[in-house]
Amino acid sequence: MIEGLTVSYRDILALDGVSFATSCGNRVALVGPNGAGKSTLLKAIAGLVTRQSGNILWRGTSVQKWSREFAYLPQREEIDWSFPITVRGLVEMGRYPQTGWWRKFSNEDQAAVDKALESLNLMDLQDRQIRELSGGQQQRAFLARALAQEAHVLLLDEPFTGLDRNASILLGDLLAKLAAEGRLIIASHHDLGSAPLLFDEVLVINTQQVGFGDVASVLTPSLISKTFAVTETQSHV
Amino acid sequence: MFEELLNSPFYQRTLAAAAFIGFTNGFFSGFVVLRRNALSVSALSHTMLPGIALGIWVTGYLSQWNAFIGALFAALLVGLGSVAVARGKRIAEGTSLAVLYTAAFAAGVAILPKLETRSELEHWLFGDILAIANSDLWLAYSMGAVILIAGNLLMRPILLTLFEPNVAAAQGVPTRTMQYLVFMMLVLALVSSLQAVGCVLSVGLLVTPAATVSLLTDKTSALFWGGGLIGGIGSVIAVLLSGYFGISPGPAIVILLGILFILAYLFSPKYGLLVPKFIFNRRP
Repeated sequence: MIEGLTVSYRDILALDGVSFATSCGNRVALVGPNGAGKSTLLKAIAGLVTRQSGNILWRGTSVQKWSREFAYLPQREEIDWSFPITVRGLVEMGRYPQTGWWRKFSNEDQAAVDKALESLNLMDLQDRQIRELSGGQQQRAFLARALAQEAHVLLLDEPFTGLDRNASILLGDLLAKLAAEGRLIIASHHDLGSAPLLFDEVLVINTQQVGFGDVASVLTPSLISKTFAVTETQSHV
Repeated sequence: MFEELLNSPFYQRTLAAAAFIGFTNGFFSGFVVLRRNALSVSALSHTMLPGIALGIWVTGYLSQWNAFIGALFAALLVGLGSVAVARGKRIAEGTSLAVLYTAAFAAGVAILPKLETRSELEHWLFGDILAIANSDLWLAYSMGAVILIAGNLLMRPILLTLFEPNVAAAQGVPTRTMQYLVFMMLVLALVSSLQAVGCVLSVGLLVTPAATVSLLTDKTSALFWGGGLIGGIGSVIAVLLSGYFGISPGPAIVILLGILFILAYLFSPKYGLLVPKFIFNRRP
Protein backbone atom coordinates (compact mmCIF):
# COMPACT_ATOMS: atom_id res chain seq x y z
CA MET A 1 0.00 0.00 0.00
CA ILE A 2 1.25 3.43 -0.93
CA GLU A 3 0.10 6.62 0.69
CA GLY A 4 0.59 10.16 -0.59
CA LEU A 5 3.94 9.63 -2.25
CA THR A 6 5.63 12.84 -3.39
CA VAL A 7 9.01 13.21 -5.09
CA SER A 8 10.77 16.30 -6.45
CA TYR A 9 14.01 16.74 -8.34
CA ARG A 10 15.46 20.00 -7.04
CA ASP A 11 12.46 22.30 -7.58
CA ILE A 12 10.66 20.22 -10.14
CA LEU A 13 7.77 18.22 -8.82
CA ALA A 14 7.99 14.79 -10.41
CA LEU A 15 5.33 12.99 -8.47
CA ASP A 16 2.58 14.43 -6.33
CA GLY A 17 0.56 12.57 -3.77
CA VAL A 18 0.24 9.16 -5.35
CA SER A 19 -1.76 6.70 -3.24
CA PHE A 20 -2.92 3.23 -4.05
CA ALA A 21 -3.35 -0.12 -2.41
CA THR A 22 -2.87 -3.48 -4.00
CA SER A 23 -1.88 -6.94 -2.90
CA CYS A 24 0.41 -9.81 -3.77
CA GLY A 25 -0.47 -11.83 -6.82
CA ASN A 26 -1.40 -8.75 -8.80
CA ARG A 27 0.18 -7.30 -11.87
CA VAL A 28 -0.12 -3.54 -11.86
CA ALA A 29 0.51 -1.50 -15.00
CA LEU A 30 1.83 1.99 -14.55
CA VAL A 31 0.52 4.14 -17.35
CA GLY A 32 0.98 7.77 -18.22
CA PRO A 33 2.48 10.11 -20.81
CA ASN A 34 6.24 10.69 -21.08
CA GLY A 35 7.56 12.61 -18.12
CA ALA A 36 4.53 11.67 -16.04
CA GLY A 37 6.76 10.23 -13.32
CA LYS A 38 6.40 6.51 -14.01
CA SER A 39 10.10 5.76 -13.61
CA THR A 40 10.27 8.10 -10.64
CA LEU A 41 7.44 6.27 -8.92
CA LEU A 42 9.14 2.90 -9.46
CA LYS A 43 12.44 4.25 -8.21
CA ALA A 44 10.75 5.85 -5.20
CA ILE A 45 9.12 2.55 -4.25
CA ALA A 46 12.45 0.77 -4.75
CA GLY A 47 14.19 3.34 -2.57
CA LEU A 48 16.47 4.62 -5.34
CA VAL A 49 15.24 8.22 -5.06
CA THR A 50 14.35 9.99 -1.85
CA ARG A 51 10.73 10.67 -1.09
CA GLN A 52 9.70 14.06 0.26
CA SER A 53 6.61 12.70 1.86
CA GLY A 54 4.40 9.69 1.81
CA ASN A 55 4.54 6.20 3.13
CA ILE A 56 5.04 2.77 1.73
CA LEU A 57 3.36 0.12 3.80
CA TRP A 58 4.44 -3.42 3.11
CA ARG A 59 2.92 -6.23 5.15
CA GLY A 60 1.75 -3.73 7.70
CA THR A 61 5.11 -2.09 8.30
CA SER A 62 6.47 1.09 6.84
CA VAL A 63 9.39 0.69 4.44
CA GLN A 64 11.76 3.53 5.21
CA LYS A 65 14.43 3.31 2.55
CA TRP A 66 15.15 0.00 0.98
CA SER A 67 13.86 -3.48 1.44
CA ARG A 68 15.35 -6.69 0.15
CA GLU A 69 11.84 -7.75 -0.76
CA PHE A 70 11.63 -5.02 -3.40
CA ALA A 71 13.60 -5.53 -6.60
CA TYR A 72 13.96 -2.87 -9.23
CA LEU A 73 14.67 -3.73 -12.87
CA PRO A 74 15.97 -0.68 -14.71
CA GLN A 75 15.13 0.43 -18.21
CA ARG A 76 17.31 -1.15 -20.85
CA GLU A 77 19.28 1.97 -21.66
CA GLU A 78 20.23 2.49 -18.03
CA ILE A 79 22.24 -0.72 -17.95
CA ASP A 80 25.88 -0.92 -18.92
CA TRP A 81 25.57 -4.02 -21.11
CA SER A 82 29.27 -4.21 -21.91
CA PHE A 83 30.17 -4.62 -18.21
CA PRO A 84 32.22 -7.82 -18.09
CA ILE A 85 29.78 -9.90 -16.12
CA THR A 86 28.15 -13.21 -16.94
CA VAL A 87 24.48 -14.05 -16.44
CA ARG A 88 25.43 -16.11 -13.40
CA GLY A 89 27.55 -13.27 -12.03
CA LEU A 90 24.58 -10.93 -12.40
CA VAL A 91 22.23 -13.32 -10.61
CA GLU A 92 24.83 -13.79 -7.86
CA MET A 93 24.67 -10.03 -7.28
CA GLY A 94 21.10 -10.63 -6.13
CA ARG A 95 22.54 -12.52 -3.16
CA TYR A 96 24.77 -9.64 -2.03
CA PRO A 97 22.09 -8.23 0.33
CA GLN A 98 21.98 -11.63 2.06
CA THR A 99 25.70 -12.32 2.07
CA GLY A 100 26.73 -8.81 3.00
CA TRP A 101 30.13 -7.55 1.94
CA TRP A 102 32.31 -10.38 3.13
CA ARG A 103 30.52 -13.61 3.86
CA LYS A 104 31.47 -16.40 1.52
CA PHE A 105 28.85 -17.75 -0.85
CA SER A 106 27.22 -20.65 1.00
CA ASN A 107 25.63 -23.70 -0.56
CA GLU A 108 22.33 -22.06 0.18
CA ASP A 109 23.32 -19.02 -1.85
CA GLN A 110 24.47 -21.17 -4.74
CA ALA A 111 21.24 -23.14 -4.57
CA ALA A 112 19.20 -19.93 -4.69
CA VAL A 113 21.16 -18.79 -7.74
CA ASP A 114 20.68 -22.18 -9.43
CA LYS A 115 16.99 -22.14 -8.65
CA ALA A 116 16.53 -18.65 -10.05
CA LEU A 117 18.44 -19.54 -13.23
CA GLU A 118 16.46 -22.73 -13.61
CA SER A 119 13.04 -21.23 -13.12
CA LEU A 120 13.79 -18.60 -15.76
CA ASN A 121 15.29 -21.16 -18.11
CA LEU A 122 18.71 -19.55 -18.12
CA MET A 123 20.85 -22.51 -17.09
CA ASP A 124 22.32 -22.97 -20.57
CA LEU A 125 23.05 -19.25 -20.86
CA GLN A 126 24.62 -18.73 -17.45
CA ASP A 127 28.17 -18.26 -18.73
CA ARG A 128 27.25 -15.72 -21.36
CA GLN A 129 28.20 -12.10 -21.04
CA ILE A 130 25.01 -10.08 -20.58
CA ARG A 131 25.28 -8.32 -23.93
CA GLU A 132 25.27 -11.65 -25.74
CA LEU A 133 21.63 -12.24 -24.84
CA SER A 134 18.50 -11.33 -26.73
CA GLY A 135 16.25 -8.62 -25.28
CA GLY A 136 13.89 -11.16 -23.74
CA GLN A 137 16.75 -13.14 -22.24
CA GLN A 138 18.20 -9.96 -20.76
CA GLN A 139 14.88 -9.24 -19.04
CA ARG A 140 14.86 -12.79 -17.70
CA ALA A 141 18.43 -12.42 -16.41
CA PHE A 142 17.43 -9.39 -14.35
CA LEU A 143 14.25 -11.16 -13.20
CA ALA A 144 16.44 -14.09 -12.13
CA ARG A 145 18.51 -11.70 -10.05
CA ALA A 146 15.32 -10.46 -8.39
CA LEU A 147 14.33 -14.07 -7.62
CA ALA A 148 17.77 -14.83 -6.20
CA GLN A 149 17.28 -11.79 -3.99
CA GLU A 150 14.04 -13.42 -2.82
CA ALA A 151 12.13 -10.28 -3.70
CA HIS A 152 8.36 -10.28 -3.51
CA VAL A 153 7.71 -6.98 -5.21
CA LEU A 154 9.13 -6.68 -8.72
CA LEU A 155 9.36 -3.15 -10.03
CA LEU A 156 9.96 -3.16 -13.78
CA ASP A 157 10.63 -0.09 -15.87
CA GLU A 158 9.24 -0.55 -19.40
CA PRO A 159 9.97 -4.29 -19.53
CA PHE A 160 8.20 -4.78 -22.86
CA THR A 161 10.00 -2.01 -24.72
CA GLY A 162 12.23 -3.30 -27.49
CA LEU A 163 10.97 -6.88 -27.34
CA ASP A 164 9.65 -8.57 -30.46
CA ARG A 165 6.22 -10.20 -30.51
CA ASN A 166 7.30 -13.64 -29.36
CA ALA A 167 9.52 -12.32 -26.61
CA SER A 168 6.67 -10.10 -25.40
CA ILE A 169 4.32 -13.04 -25.20
CA LEU A 170 6.91 -15.09 -23.30
CA LEU A 171 7.57 -12.27 -20.87
CA GLY A 172 3.82 -11.77 -20.40
CA ASP A 173 3.39 -15.44 -19.53
CA LEU A 174 6.37 -15.28 -17.21
CA LEU A 175 5.01 -12.27 -15.32
CA ALA A 176 1.66 -14.05 -15.00
CA LYS A 177 3.46 -17.07 -13.54
CA LEU A 178 5.51 -14.96 -11.12
CA ALA A 179 2.36 -13.19 -9.97
CA ALA A 180 0.51 -16.47 -9.58
CA GLU A 181 3.30 -17.61 -7.26
CA GLY A 182 2.37 -14.73 -4.98
CA ARG A 183 4.55 -11.87 -6.12
CA LEU A 184 3.43 -8.34 -6.74
CA ILE A 185 4.46 -6.94 -10.10
CA ILE A 186 4.43 -3.24 -10.84
CA ALA A 187 5.59 -2.29 -14.32
CA SER A 188 5.52 0.90 -16.31
CA HIS A 189 3.94 0.29 -19.67
CA HIS A 190 3.32 2.51 -22.64
CA ASP A 191 1.22 0.30 -24.88
CA LEU A 192 -2.35 0.86 -23.73
CA GLY A 193 -3.65 -1.71 -26.20
CA SER A 194 -1.87 -4.65 -24.60
CA ALA A 195 -2.38 -3.53 -20.99
CA PRO A 196 -5.65 -5.48 -20.45
CA LEU A 197 -3.96 -8.69 -21.60
CA LEU A 198 -0.83 -8.33 -19.53
CA PHE A 199 -2.00 -6.71 -16.30
CA ASP A 200 -4.72 -7.03 -13.67
CA GLU A 201 -4.74 -3.50 -12.37
CA VAL A 202 -3.67 -0.16 -13.74
CA LEU A 203 -2.42 3.04 -12.14
CA VAL A 204 -2.67 6.07 -14.39
CA ILE A 205 -0.45 8.96 -13.40
CA ASN A 206 0.45 12.30 -14.84
CA THR A 207 2.57 13.73 -12.01
CA GLN A 208 -0.63 13.41 -10.03
CA GLN A 209 -2.66 10.29 -9.80
CA VAL A 210 -5.36 10.09 -12.45
CA GLY A 211 -6.92 6.72 -11.80
CA PHE A 212 -6.38 3.32 -10.23
CA GLY A 213 -8.27 0.05 -10.38
CA ASP A 214 -9.07 -2.85 -12.66
CA VAL A 215 -7.65 -2.37 -16.12
CA ALA A 216 -11.00 -2.58 -17.84
CA SER A 217 -12.80 -0.13 -15.57
CA VAL A 218 -10.01 2.46 -15.39
CA LEU A 219 -8.71 2.61 -18.95
CA THR A 220 -11.80 4.22 -20.44
CA PRO A 221 -11.47 6.23 -23.64
CA SER A 222 -12.40 9.47 -21.89
CA LEU A 223 -9.76 9.03 -19.18
CA ILE A 224 -7.10 8.14 -21.74
CA SER A 225 -7.81 11.14 -23.95
CA LYS A 226 -7.90 13.41 -20.91
CA THR A 227 -4.60 12.18 -19.49
CA PHE A 228 -2.66 12.10 -22.68
CA ALA A 229 -4.15 15.26 -24.22
CA VAL A 230 -3.26 17.44 -21.24
CA THR A 231 0.43 16.76 -21.71
CA GLU A 232 0.13 17.55 -25.37
CA THR A 233 -0.86 21.13 -24.56
CA GLN A 234 1.59 21.33 -21.67
CA SER A 235 4.47 20.41 -23.88
CA HIS A 236 3.70 23.32 -26.16
CA VAL A 237 3.66 25.91 -23.41
CA MET B 1 77.12 -14.10 -17.66
CA PHE B 2 73.34 -14.50 -17.49
CA GLU B 3 73.64 -17.26 -14.89
CA GLU B 4 75.83 -15.03 -12.81
CA LEU B 5 73.12 -12.40 -13.00
CA LEU B 6 70.48 -14.89 -11.90
CA ASN B 7 72.50 -15.85 -8.85
CA SER B 8 73.05 -12.31 -7.68
CA PRO B 9 70.86 -11.28 -4.75
CA PHE B 10 70.27 -7.92 -6.45
CA TYR B 11 68.77 -9.59 -9.43
CA GLN B 12 66.68 -11.91 -7.27
CA ARG B 13 65.35 -8.88 -5.44
CA THR B 14 64.53 -7.35 -8.80
CA LEU B 15 62.59 -10.43 -9.82
CA ALA B 16 60.68 -10.47 -6.53
CA ALA B 17 59.81 -6.82 -7.00
CA ALA B 18 58.70 -7.43 -10.58
CA ALA B 19 56.48 -10.32 -9.52
CA PHE B 20 54.84 -8.44 -6.68
CA ILE B 21 54.44 -5.05 -8.33
CA GLY B 22 53.24 -6.74 -11.50
CA PHE B 23 50.69 -8.78 -9.59
CA THR B 24 49.32 -5.86 -7.57
CA ASN B 25 49.07 -3.58 -10.56
CA GLY B 26 47.57 -6.34 -12.66
CA PHE B 27 44.99 -7.04 -9.98
CA PHE B 28 44.04 -3.39 -9.76
CA SER B 29 43.85 -3.10 -13.55
CA GLY B 30 40.57 -5.02 -13.16
CA PHE B 31 39.05 -1.93 -11.55
CA VAL B 32 40.54 0.33 -14.22
CA VAL B 33 38.98 -1.77 -16.97
CA LEU B 34 35.61 -1.91 -15.18
CA ARG B 35 35.59 1.82 -14.56
CA ARG B 36 36.65 2.48 -18.15
CA ASN B 37 38.93 5.25 -16.99
CA ALA B 38 42.23 4.23 -18.52
CA LEU B 39 42.68 7.78 -19.77
CA SER B 40 42.38 9.27 -16.32
CA VAL B 41 44.97 6.76 -15.12
CA SER B 42 47.23 8.10 -17.81
CA ALA B 43 46.56 11.67 -16.68
CA LEU B 44 47.31 10.78 -13.06
CA SER B 45 50.53 9.01 -13.92
CA HIS B 46 51.80 12.14 -15.62
CA THR B 47 50.84 14.13 -12.55
CA MET B 48 53.33 12.15 -10.53
CA LEU B 49 56.29 13.68 -12.33
CA PRO B 50 55.62 17.25 -11.15
CA GLY B 51 54.85 15.67 -7.78
CA ILE B 52 58.33 14.18 -7.61
CA ALA B 53 59.84 17.46 -8.80
CA LEU B 54 57.92 19.25 -6.08
CA GLY B 55 59.19 16.77 -3.49
CA ILE B 56 62.78 17.41 -4.51
CA TRP B 57 62.26 21.15 -4.65
CA VAL B 58 60.77 21.34 -1.18
CA THR B 59 63.29 19.06 0.54
CA GLY B 60 66.30 19.98 -1.60
CA TYR B 61 67.38 16.45 -2.39
CA LEU B 62 66.18 13.35 -4.16
CA SER B 63 65.36 10.30 -2.08
CA GLN B 64 62.92 7.47 -2.52
CA TRP B 65 60.70 8.71 0.23
CA ASN B 66 60.33 12.34 -0.73
CA ALA B 67 59.82 11.33 -4.34
CA PHE B 68 57.11 8.91 -3.28
CA ILE B 69 55.46 11.42 -1.02
CA GLY B 70 55.61 14.12 -3.67
CA ALA B 71 54.07 11.80 -6.25
CA LEU B 72 51.41 10.67 -3.84
CA PHE B 73 50.59 14.24 -2.89
CA ALA B 74 50.30 15.46 -6.48
CA ALA B 75 48.27 12.49 -7.65
CA LEU B 76 45.90 12.74 -4.70
CA LEU B 77 45.52 16.48 -5.14
CA VAL B 78 44.73 16.19 -8.83
CA GLY B 79 42.78 12.93 -8.62
CA LEU B 80 40.55 13.73 -5.67
CA GLY B 81 40.31 17.34 -6.77
CA SER B 82 38.93 16.30 -10.13
CA VAL B 83 36.40 13.98 -8.50
CA ALA B 84 35.33 16.78 -6.18
CA VAL B 85 34.98 19.30 -9.01
CA ALA B 86 33.01 16.77 -11.06
CA ARG B 87 30.63 16.25 -8.13
CA GLY B 88 29.24 19.69 -8.94
CA LYS B 89 27.75 18.02 -12.05
CA ARG B 90 28.49 21.08 -14.17
CA ILE B 91 31.93 19.79 -15.23
CA ALA B 92 32.51 16.20 -16.36
CA GLU B 93 35.17 14.25 -14.46
CA GLY B 94 37.33 13.85 -17.57
CA THR B 95 37.22 17.58 -18.18
CA SER B 96 38.16 18.55 -14.63
CA LEU B 97 40.91 15.93 -14.59
CA ALA B 98 42.38 17.23 -17.85
CA VAL B 99 42.38 20.80 -16.55
CA LEU B 100 43.95 19.94 -13.22
CA TYR B 101 46.55 17.51 -14.50
CA THR B 102 47.85 19.78 -17.24
CA ALA B 103 48.06 22.60 -14.70
CA ALA B 104 50.00 20.34 -12.34
CA PHE B 105 52.23 19.18 -15.17
CA ALA B 106 52.91 22.80 -16.11
CA ALA B 107 53.87 23.51 -12.53
CA GLY B 108 56.27 20.57 -12.67
CA VAL B 109 57.80 21.85 -15.89
CA ALA B 110 58.25 25.26 -14.27
CA ILE B 111 60.03 23.74 -11.28
CA LEU B 112 62.27 21.36 -13.24
CA PRO B 113 64.96 23.85 -14.37
CA LYS B 114 65.48 24.89 -10.75
CA LEU B 115 66.52 21.40 -9.71
CA GLU B 116 70.11 20.27 -9.46
CA THR B 117 69.22 16.59 -9.59
CA ARG B 118 67.50 16.93 -12.93
CA SER B 119 69.36 14.09 -14.62
CA GLU B 120 68.13 11.57 -12.08
CA LEU B 121 64.57 12.37 -12.97
CA GLU B 122 64.90 10.16 -15.99
CA HIS B 123 65.04 7.31 -13.54
CA TRP B 124 61.56 8.29 -12.34
CA LEU B 125 60.25 8.82 -15.83
CA PHE B 126 61.06 5.33 -17.01
CA GLY B 127 61.79 3.45 -13.81
CA ASP B 128 64.80 1.41 -12.80
CA ILE B 129 63.76 -1.81 -11.20
CA LEU B 130 67.38 -3.07 -11.13
CA ALA B 131 68.24 -0.30 -8.69
CA ILE B 132 65.47 -1.25 -6.29
CA ALA B 133 66.58 -1.12 -2.67
CA ASN B 134 65.19 -3.11 0.22
CA SER B 135 63.36 -0.07 1.53
CA ASP B 136 61.67 0.44 -1.87
CA LEU B 137 60.69 -3.17 -1.88
CA TRP B 138 59.06 -2.90 1.52
CA LEU B 139 57.25 0.24 0.48
CA ALA B 140 55.93 -1.48 -2.64
CA TYR B 141 54.95 -4.53 -0.59
CA SER B 142 52.97 -2.53 1.91
CA MET B 143 51.18 -0.47 -0.73
CA GLY B 144 50.42 -3.64 -2.65
CA ALA B 145 49.12 -5.33 0.49
CA VAL B 146 46.75 -2.42 1.14
CA ILE B 147 45.42 -2.64 -2.42
CA LEU B 148 44.99 -6.41 -2.37
CA ILE B 149 43.34 -6.51 1.05
CA ALA B 150 41.03 -3.54 0.52
CA GLY B 151 40.22 -4.61 -3.02
CA ASN B 152 39.22 -8.09 -1.91
CA LEU B 153 37.34 -7.12 1.23
CA LEU B 154 35.29 -4.50 -0.56
CA MET B 155 34.95 -6.30 -3.88
CA ARG B 156 31.15 -6.69 -3.71
CA PRO B 157 30.22 -3.12 -2.78
CA ILE B 158 32.75 -1.78 -5.30
CA LEU B 159 31.41 -3.98 -8.10
CA LEU B 160 27.85 -2.99 -7.28
CA THR B 161 28.85 0.68 -7.22
CA LEU B 162 30.54 0.40 -10.60
CA PHE B 163 27.71 -1.56 -12.21
CA GLU B 164 24.60 0.10 -10.80
CA PRO B 165 25.41 3.08 -8.59
CA ASN B 166 21.80 3.90 -7.74
CA VAL B 167 20.91 0.33 -6.79
CA ALA B 168 24.09 0.14 -4.72
CA ALA B 169 23.19 3.38 -2.95
CA ALA B 170 19.68 2.12 -2.24
CA GLN B 171 21.13 -1.00 -0.66
CA GLY B 172 23.12 1.14 1.72
CA VAL B 173 26.51 0.97 -0.01
CA PRO B 174 28.35 4.25 0.60
CA THR B 175 28.97 4.74 -3.12
CA ARG B 176 30.82 8.03 -2.74
CA THR B 177 33.25 6.49 -0.27
CA MET B 178 33.72 3.55 -2.62
CA GLN B 179 34.56 5.86 -5.51
CA TYR B 180 37.12 7.77 -3.46
CA LEU B 181 38.53 4.51 -2.20
CA VAL B 182 39.06 3.13 -5.70
CA PHE B 183 40.79 6.39 -6.54
CA MET B 184 43.05 6.10 -3.49
CA MET B 185 43.94 2.55 -4.41
CA LEU B 186 44.71 3.68 -7.94
CA VAL B 187 47.15 6.30 -6.68
CA LEU B 188 48.82 3.76 -4.41
CA ALA B 189 49.15 1.34 -7.32
CA LEU B 190 50.65 4.06 -9.51
CA VAL B 191 53.17 5.07 -6.88
CA SER B 192 54.13 1.47 -6.17
CA SER B 193 54.87 0.89 -9.84
CA LEU B 194 57.07 4.00 -10.12
CA GLN B 195 60.24 2.14 -9.30
CA ALA B 196 59.53 -0.64 -11.75
CA VAL B 197 58.42 1.14 -14.87
CA GLY B 198 58.46 4.85 -14.05
CA CYS B 199 55.55 7.24 -14.14
CA VAL B 200 55.14 7.40 -17.90
CA LEU B 201 54.97 3.65 -18.42
CA SER B 202 53.05 2.81 -15.23
CA VAL B 203 49.82 3.14 -17.19
CA GLY B 204 50.79 0.08 -19.20
CA LEU B 205 51.09 -2.02 -16.05
CA LEU B 206 47.82 -0.64 -14.68
CA VAL B 207 45.63 -1.14 -17.73
CA THR B 208 47.01 -3.86 -19.98
CA PRO B 209 46.73 -7.01 -17.81
CA ALA B 210 42.96 -6.87 -17.19
CA ALA B 211 42.36 -5.52 -20.69
CA THR B 212 44.03 -8.70 -21.97
CA VAL B 213 41.94 -10.88 -19.65
CA SER B 214 38.73 -9.16 -20.77
CA LEU B 215 39.44 -10.46 -24.26
CA LEU B 216 39.66 -14.01 -22.94
CA THR B 217 36.82 -14.37 -20.44
CA ASP B 218 33.61 -12.73 -19.22
CA LYS B 219 34.06 -13.74 -15.59
CA THR B 220 34.37 -10.59 -13.52
CA SER B 221 36.62 -12.13 -10.86
CA ALA B 222 39.01 -13.35 -13.57
CA LEU B 223 39.74 -9.74 -14.48
CA PHE B 224 41.36 -9.29 -11.09
CA TRP B 225 43.11 -12.60 -10.48
CA GLY B 226 43.90 -13.21 -14.13
CA GLY B 227 45.12 -9.64 -14.45
CA GLY B 228 47.33 -10.18 -11.40
CA LEU B 229 48.80 -13.37 -12.85
CA ILE B 230 49.46 -11.81 -16.25
CA GLY B 231 50.96 -8.73 -14.61
CA GLY B 232 53.15 -10.73 -12.20
CA ILE B 233 54.32 -13.51 -14.49
CA GLY B 234 54.64 -11.14 -17.46
CA SER B 235 56.82 -8.77 -15.44
CA VAL B 236 59.14 -11.55 -14.26
CA ILE B 237 59.54 -12.96 -17.76
CA ALA B 238 60.12 -9.47 -19.15
CA VAL B 239 62.83 -8.77 -16.56
CA LEU B 240 64.52 -12.09 -17.39
CA LEU B 241 64.37 -11.39 -21.12
CA SER B 242 65.65 -7.87 -20.61
CA GLY B 243 68.62 -9.25 -18.69
CA TYR B 244 69.27 -11.75 -21.45
CA PHE B 245 69.01 -9.24 -24.27
CA GLY B 246 70.50 -6.38 -22.33
CA ILE B 247 67.62 -3.91 -22.61
CA SER B 248 65.96 -1.83 -19.88
CA PRO B 249 63.54 -3.89 -17.80
CA GLY B 250 60.86 -1.16 -17.42
CA PRO B 251 60.12 -0.81 -21.11
CA ALA B 252 60.53 -4.59 -21.51
CA ILE B 253 57.66 -5.19 -19.05
CA VAL B 254 55.30 -2.85 -20.86
CA ILE B 255 56.31 -4.16 -24.29
CA LEU B 256 55.72 -7.78 -23.25
CA LEU B 257 52.31 -6.94 -21.74
CA GLY B 258 51.43 -5.07 -24.92
CA ILE B 259 52.40 -8.07 -27.05
CA LEU B 260 50.26 -10.37 -24.88
CA PHE B 261 47.34 -7.98 -25.34
CA ILE B 262 47.73 -7.95 -29.11
CA LEU B 263 47.98 -11.75 -29.18
CA ALA B 264 44.76 -12.00 -27.17
CA TYR B 265 43.12 -9.46 -29.44
CA LEU B 266 44.03 -11.53 -32.49
CA PHE B 267 43.68 -15.09 -31.21
CA SER B 268 41.26 -15.07 -28.27
CA PRO B 269 39.01 -18.12 -28.74
CA LYS B 270 35.93 -16.04 -28.11
CA TYR B 271 36.65 -12.50 -29.21
CA GLY B 272 39.77 -12.90 -31.36
CA LEU B 273 39.89 -10.97 -34.61
CA LEU B 274 41.44 -13.89 -36.50
CA VAL B 275 39.27 -16.63 -35.03
CA PRO B 276 36.26 -17.60 -37.14
CA LYS B 277 33.17 -16.42 -35.30
CA PHE B 278 30.75 -19.10 -36.44
CA ILE B 279 32.52 -21.84 -34.51
CA PHE B 280 32.03 -20.23 -31.15
CA ASN B 281 28.75 -18.41 -31.59
CA ARG B 282 26.89 -21.65 -31.93
CA ARG B 283 26.60 -22.37 -28.28
CA PRO B 284 23.37 -23.79 -26.90
